[in-house]
Amino acid sequence: MTVAMGRADTPLPADVDVAVIGGGIMGLGLAYHLALLSGGKGKQPLSVAVIERSYLVSGASGRNGGGVRMQWGDAGNVRLMMDSIELCKDLAQQLGINLWFRQGGYLFLARTEAGERRLERNVQLHGEVGAPTRLLTAAEAQAIVPQLDVAEVRLATFNPEDGVVFPWAFVWGYAAKAVERGVVLRTHTSVVRVEPLAQGFALHLHTGEVVRARRVVNATGAWSGALNHQLGIDLPNRPHRHEILSSEPLKPFLDPLVVDLSSGLYFSQSTRGELVTGISLPDAPDGSDESLTLHSSLRFLTHLSATLTRLMPITAAMKVLRQWVGPYDVSPDGDAIVGPSPGHPDFIQVCGFTGHGFMMAPAVGRLLARWLALGEAHPMLARWSPGRFAAGGVARREDMIIG
Amino acid sequence: MTARTFVCRCEDVTLTEIERAIAAGLSDVEEIKRYTGLGTGPCQGKECLSALGRLLVARNLIAPAALRPFTARPPVEPVTFGALAAGATDHPEDPSP
Ligand SMILES: Cc1cc2nc3c(=O)[nH]c(=O)nc-3n(C[C@H](O)[C@H](O)[C@H](O)COP(=O)(O)OP(=O)(O)OC[C@H]3O[C@@H](n4cnc5c(N)ncnc54)[C@H](O)[C@@H]3O)c2cc1C
Repeated sequence: MTVAMGRADTPLPADVDVAVIGGGIMGLGLAYHLALLSGGKGKQPLSVAVIERSYLVSGASGRNGGGVRMQWGDAGNVRLMMDSIELCKDLAQQLGINLWFRQGGYLFLARTEAGERRLERNVQLHGEVGAPTRLLTAAEAQAIVPQLDVAEVRLATFNPEDGVVFPWAFVWGYAAKAVERGVVLRTHTSVVRVEPLAQGFALHLHTGEVVRARRVVNATGAWSGALNHQLGIDLPNRPHRHEILSSEPLKPFLDPLVVDLSSGLYFSQSTRGELVTGISLPDAPDGSDESLTLHSSLRFLTHLSATLTRLMPITAAMKVLRQWVGPYDVSPDGDAIVGPSPGHPDFIQVCGFTGHGFMMAPAVGRLLARWLALGEAHPMLARWSPGRFAAGGVARREDMIIG
Repeated sequence: MTARTFVCRCEDVTLTEIERAIAAGLSDVEEIKRYTGLGTGPCQGKECLSALGRLLVARNLIAPAALRPFTARPPVEPVTFGALAAGATDHPEDPSP
């Protein structure tokens, strides 16, 4: 039987233990793991509701490149992504849906001396942590992707465990299983006001309904500032437009996702056969990039095409099928913002995941659910504390953020 | 019509798959597109969108006046990376650090 999910008329209880605002990969991944954990061994199950303003996958979670990698510059992120990729391996079975997860590896290319040093440092670090990343010469990189023009490539790294997924299926999979295990999922309904109560919060919905929750999770990503503002919570994450496109579908020809460190260009072939590609686009002179507007630009198309056809000349004859935009939720120090909010410990943030929240979501959903349901600590939670900014913030540890 | 009736020929989406999406509670074209893949192939929904719209109206899932096409994604028709690259005003940067 198909489980009904994501309806505008799903009845909402008046009181819940945990209300999750935002039905992206973070909110739904968390809800799924909460449902898995709670209610075990004679324990009273936690009641969980997810409230999504639009349709599922309408936010960044339905607009991303689906890249999943262990190749990070910081040990904490490498370990977290090793956990996430391990979880991805049998997630399709658990969710009962094809996630189109394909481990073709990530191939990073360095064209400068500084890039070269970053890759050398990564390989050293990954070796210590246990991730199977290896250094490649330009010729070895070309052996993996024969169509590359490697004339300018000085050094490359490859990790065969990295890969790509199809984001939509992932979100639907979490949603269906969460609902099957008792999570209430309401879509097409926005939370317009968050009112602090003596215990917990009252969420006022645009329909006029009110839901009281003992704890609230702000999983609204790039839109999170609006809700935080209502409670006087001042956090430095900001939305930033990121464009992306896909080509016509082709027979499989490209195994890894390729990243050019110098330009921020990345491209991979999805399991559906399309080339999916994006690039770091210098901000528009009028500042219009710093926004939640989702219009596509010709500037992106031409800039990306010029860079792509130079590195991968064969693509000149390939056709672009469609382009779109999604919001990054950019955190200034490159680390996510997860945990109790300053001044409102029961209002919990799961934000600031910039351009890599999708791949981290499986691990984050699990560790956050363990903390919420069982009080279990995780080293990343201390590091991601929303309180760190009031205390002066911390130095950036990660320099492998792409896009 | 049979279970093998195709609504979206680019992405091979059948009527049965759309029925399944509707049974899962989905009712607008944006979410059905993302649940089934309908309209994401080379024709970008030019063929299948109206068939889906008609079905939703026939089921009373949406009023005809409220029906909207899904967001149009440029380019209007497929264009090569080569042609687009020629339109770049800024040359691809030389490697930066
Ligand atoms: C173009 C692009 C490419 C990317 N590529 C990758 C990649 O390759 N790999 C990777 O790991 N990550 C990638 N990312 C990043 C990744 O998509 C995000 O980090 C991740 O999806 C964030 O998930 P989320 O659930 O926090 O946010 P979202 O998916 O944005 O979900 C937030 C939800 O909250 C809802 N909402 C907002 N306000 C309210 C309200 N008041 N009431 C109710 N609901 C509300 C929104 O409608 C939205 O659905 C990319 C992002 C973009 C834009």
